[in-house]
Amino acid sequence: MTSFRKPKIQRKNEPLNDLGLARVDYEGAMSTLCAGCGHDSVTACLTKAFFELSIDPAKAVKVSGIGCSSKTTNYFLNDAHGANTVHGRMPSVATGAIAANSNLIYLGLSGDGDSLSIGLGQMAHAMRRNVNMLYMLENNGVYGLTKGQFSASADLGSLPKKGAPNEYPAIDPVALALSVGATFIGRSFSGDRKQLVPLIKAGLKHKGFALIDVISPCVSFNDHKGSTKSYAHTYEYYHQAVHADYVPPTDEIKASYDEGDVMPIELHDGGIIQLRKLDQNYDPRDRAAAFQKVMDSKATQEIVTGLLYIDETQPDMHEIQKMEDRPLNEIPYSELNPGAEKLKALQGAFR
Amino acid sequence: MKPTDTSDPDYFHKVVDCQWACPAHTPVPAYIRLIAQGRYSEAYLLNRESNVFPGILGRVCDRPCEPACRRTRVDEEPVAICRLKRVAADHRGDITDQLPKKPENTNGKRIALIGAGPASFTVANDLAPMGYECTIFEKLDKPGGLMRSNIPAFRLPEDVLMEELDYILNMGVDLKLGSPVASMQALLKEDWDAVFVGTGAPKGKDLEIPGRQDAANIHIGIDWLESVAFEHTKAIGKQVLIIGVGNTAMDCCRTSLRLGASSVKVMARKPREFFKASDWELEDAEEENVEIIVNHSPKAFVHENGKLTGMVFEQIEYDLNLAGAITGQRVTADVMIPCDDVILAIGQENAFPWIEEDAGIEFDKWDVPVIDKVTFESTKRGVFFGGDAAFGPENIIWAVEHGHQAAISIHNHCEGRVLTERTPDEMALKSAKMGMMEWRYSNAYDDAPRRKMRHVELVERFKKLDTEVELGFSAEQIATEVERCLNCDVHTVFEAPLCTECDACIDVCPVECLAITPVAENEDALRGALSASENGNGQSLYVSSELPLSGRVMIKDENICLHCGLCAERCPTAAWDMQEGILQIHYADDQAGSPKA
Repeated sequence: MTSFRKPKIQRKNEPLNDLGLARVDYEGAMSTLCAGCGHDSVTACLTKAFFELSIDPAKAVKVSGIGCSSKTTNYFLNDAHGANTVHGRMPSVATGAIAANSNLIYLGLSGDGDSLSIGLGQMAHAMRRNVNMLYMLENNGVYGLTKGQFSASADLGSLPKKGAPNEYPAIDPVALALSVGATFIGRSFSGDRKQLVPLIKAGLKHKGFALIDVISPCVSFNDHKGSTKSYAHTYEYYHQAVHADYVPPTDEIKASYDEGDVMPIELHDGGIIQLRKLDQNYDPRDRAAAFQKVMDSKATQEIVTGLLYIDETQPDMHEIQKMEDRPLNEIPYSELNPGAEKLKALQGAFR
Repeated sequence: MKPTDTSDPDYFHKVVDCQWACPAHTPVPAYIRLIAQGRYSEAYLLNRESNVFPGILGRVCDRPCEPACRRTRVDEEPVAICRLKRVAADHRGDITDQLPKKPENTNGKRIALIGAGPASFTVANDLAPMGYECTIFEKLDKPGGLMRSNIPAFRLPEDVLMEELDYILNMGVDLKLGSPVASMQALLKEDWDAVFVGTGAPKGKDLEIPGRQDAANIHIGIDWLESVAFEHTKAIGKQVLIIGVGNTAMDCCRTSLRLGASSVKVMARKPREFFKASDWELEDAEEENVEIIVNHSPKAFVHENGKLTGMVFEQIEYDLNLAGAITGQRVTADVMIPCDDVILAIGQENAFPWIEEDAGIEFDKWDVPVIDKVTFESTKRGVFFGGDAAFGPENIIWAVEHGHQAAISIHNHCEGRVLTERTPDEMALKSAKMGMMEWRYSNAYDDAPRRKMRHVELVERFKKLDTEVELGFSAEQIATEVERCLNCDVHTVFEAPLCTECDACIDVCPVECLAITPVAENEDALRGALSASENGNGQSLYVSSELPLSGRVMIKDENICLHCGLCAERCPTAAWDMQEGILQIHYADDQAGSPKA
């Protein structure tokens, strides 16, 4: 029989993670995206990151909107919770879910259309509230699912497969995130799993809103000459500024590092993000400098990647709103709904 | 590190583990595909090209292919290759008109073949249709050599043996039975253009310990099996001890049970992991309630009133190191085990009492003839050796390969060419792609476990000496077993200039055998890029030329690839393709012309 389904095969001697799970336990349904789609690489990197972090798939929540990227929640972590929501409304569904149960690990999956056009307001407010989630923005500059119209992230002057060049400036999700208060901002490329997997791990461990803008080329509609989101263009202008590695709390930090080259940032769980600065004099803890760097790179068309900004000190939405730590479904009904008398007393207190 | 040269025919050949491990290089996945399509006759004929005796080997081959099978890297057991070979033989139609024919005219060259075993028959198979006049001399009055005399009929029925030997005899081969060659000198004086010695390893080893001289009822295994095969021996005592745990020992113990023995013990000097017998032969013997006793070393035969009553063994304790090697041993006790008969199955060697010292054929210090490993020529021009006679005991499939190679040499010799000028193997590749998600082979991974051969009931099988134990595969077993084959001969072929480095192949690979990585100095550095490199089984690391966009290279661990074709399916630019590799082996009738010596 011929088949295009990826069989679930465990090699002999294949390593298991701390939960005793194998790589295949983190996989999902076979992708139906076009062969060569960058999103599939992002899916593979997410699978690997969750496996390596030994996150129980049943403790993860995948939320997405509409689009090629939003379809990918089906292609990994089969045992996780998930919601494919309304176009551009993923951030509010995720926010609500986190309010109901903050003990799970939240992953938002979206694309440039879902996030920067119809869902721009939603995304900006989730960042502003510092909602504790990892938000993956799979960015290919086109609406792939509707046959390749330019999206809001298409660069000015970028050429479509057919027709006239793009005449509107691009919305840069990294610049936007810097301006509205996100506390973990990275950019990467679907073709660079060495950078992307550790970045995803760091983003999952960061407490607060983590945005990773991933250049993820559309092989069908935006991988031609003149496109600024093609594989060829990305490889040519790719520039790594800062490399982030997540070191779990249990691991000893083995390598001694020179101050200035490697910068450790301690996370809330006791783990550490080790930042390897590939550009000297760049400090990813400095929001203004990050903004400057991103703006400067626009002039040179350089695609600056890595963990571009991090602030581990800001409180997240949960903390700011003094929310309940226990999942709502574990709280006894009598406590959730103390009754009309208690409500009356509360209202009385406001009079 | 330099890019891999896949134009070397050996590169892709080696990827097909079973074919590479087979001495005769039978194209296993190709014939399994034919079986899957119900094309049994074609599967049989494809087998026959390389291994000559598919029906025989489908039962009793030593199966070097199976331990090599790629399937074992993800599954408990290999594909039942040998059993499927028998399927092709069992279900074939009448293929006689598709076999090489007796030529209308001979070429006048006369070849003497000594010993009617698999080696001589293979030489005759290759040369007779070309016009050579082949004469086989056999000392016994039935042909087959060891296949007849040492392999019991309950494993290899006589009609199966004779049918395949007759195919070759019908090519115009002259078989002289009951005609031992008593003198090499005399033979050489006759008018032969070439002589081939395929007399096997007919001398069973003896055990010189106290009490050996005094008794009947102590038998040399291969002589005893021969005497059973030719119906000179029809009974054995109730209690039988077999000394040795090779495959001959397994045949001896199982034959004893059919001749009246009620208690058969196989006595092994070492622990089980050191046994020489194939696992399946051990299993089959144990299924018949043969007892295998380890760590007993023979010390003496015991007689009472001139009758064998038992044997004394030293019980031995071994020290093993972590690698499992024996580092020390000591005797802990002497044990007496009563018996009526003892069969010695502790090895065999080739012996040539009929070759005179001054015949011009050199022997080394172990009395083994000095034979060229490529041409199979002895130190005397025009005299060739093959099978167990050449390098000592091996197995049938090695004898077949020796026969093919000797046939090429004999042809070159008769044509006056240099013997070493042999046409090398060639590898032809053709794409297996038929369309989107459509391949010319069954690329889906089927996780079914190996099918188990059905056997005749124990009571039934002991009634007659020649009741074949194995029943062959049922239709359902065939249908499942063929799908277990991974089609390793459908190769992943990579065109670096087409790659856009989208990583789709890497992401989809179910065993993570691909990576794109910066160029490195050596293989170890490159392997570091693979998430799990399982360098083993002698398989290579494929390294592409530099990729156009980033200058990195694509690498692939050939060891764990399952040939599922998903890399090629997901590749947007067809940089990866699945291509069927067809190894062309040139036999004697297909040698390119070469200048006269």
